[in-house]
Amino acid sequence: MVDQQARVAAIIQAVAQTSRPVGTTESLFDTGVLDSFALPELVAALEQAFAIKIPDSDLNADTFESVDKITAYIQARS
Amino acid sequence: MSFVSAIGSYVPRRVVPNSELAPMLGVEAEWIKQVSGIEERCFAAENETLVDLAAAAARNCLAASDSPPVGMLIVSTGTAERRFPAPAARIARALNLGQTPAIDLPMPSAGAVFGIALAHQLVGRYGAVLVVAAEKMSCVALLPGTHPNVSALFGDGAGACLISAERGVARIEDFVLASDGTFEEALQLGFTGPLHMDGRTIIMQAARKIPQSIEELLERNRIRPTDVSAYLLHQANQNLINQVARALHVPQERFFSNIHRYGNTSSASVLIAAADWTSHHGFKTGEHIVMSAFGAGLHWGSILLTGQ
Repeated sequence: MVDQQARVAAIIQAVAQTSRPVGTTESLFDTGVLDSFALPELVAALEQAFAIKIPDSDLNADTFESVDKITAYIQARS
Repeated sequence: MSFVSAIGSYVPRRVVPNSELAPMLGVEAEWIKQVSGIEERCFAAENETLVDLAAAAARNCLAASDSPPVGMLIVSTGTAERRFPAPAARIARALNLGQTPAIDLPMPSAGAVFGIALAHQLVGRYGAVLVVAAEKMSCVALLPGTHPNVSALFGDGAGACLISAERGVARIEDFVLASDGTFEEALQLGFTGPLHMDGRTIIMQAARKIPQSIEELLERNRIRPTDVSAYLLHQANQNLINQVARALHVPQERFFSNIHRYGNTSSASVLIAAADWTSHHGFKTGEHIVMSAFGAGLHWGSILLTGQ
């Protein structure tokens, strides 16, 4: 779980082009780590890193709100 | 077989720059431009109705056409002024179309693309079908309770195109349409407002569905995305248009944009863009053009044209 959280956080940092630490529960959007238009790129990066296909039906903002939520989603898909 | 015979548009005279709208919404003018590419939009006068906008665009379109008389009218809008009757019959009356059948598509954003696809199927029976998309977004985008980030995006306007069975500036080769109610609540407007948009969800959906729609259309016609001369997209947000270009690996310059002038005019935007693009560039023989739109519903679709 911790490893996967770290991987997700690293992907977010890469997409956001930041070295700022990302808390596991903080909102990626409210804190300004990501903006709306980074979301499609984040989804693509997660699909590639975890070798999954995220279906259209799962593309809602709440799922990608925080490291914790993204990690939980990835684990459920794996 | 069908052809785009003529394209026209109309936007109201009143130009509302970000510097005027931003203080009303409590946001920064530069921020609106940064997140959307929008610098200004046009708002209709209080006494300028949706029918006025639609009729003006239709007249602009018909003035450029020598096609046979209009045999059918299709009108798309998400901002009808009453529950019923919807505006198509009034617009037909304003255009002196007599008892020409008039169909309403209560479909914002993607309505014009759906209308053109329907017209393509119907011209064999009706000869020439006039497709009009008109939106008075200023009436709904500023409703109390609408988030300022949403209110900042929209403008008023109308577009029109005449689809003919006989001749035109571009042949309609094929189209792809799709709908999915899974995210109907992500972008909605009730009878009394406010206009609600879950922008992040809509961006994720649009950024995937628009390129998929275009790729499906082009693949089955054996055309590569880079072989398309111009993409005329629903002008929702410049950042979204740029994302679609990247997803298709097509230079951004091929994606015509006028969102900086008009904002998001919902279903009218793709036809206003087509009219502007036509006046700047025009269809050239053999060139492929793609129109594509996505919006509330969710509904989305793409059309492939070839210049004549």
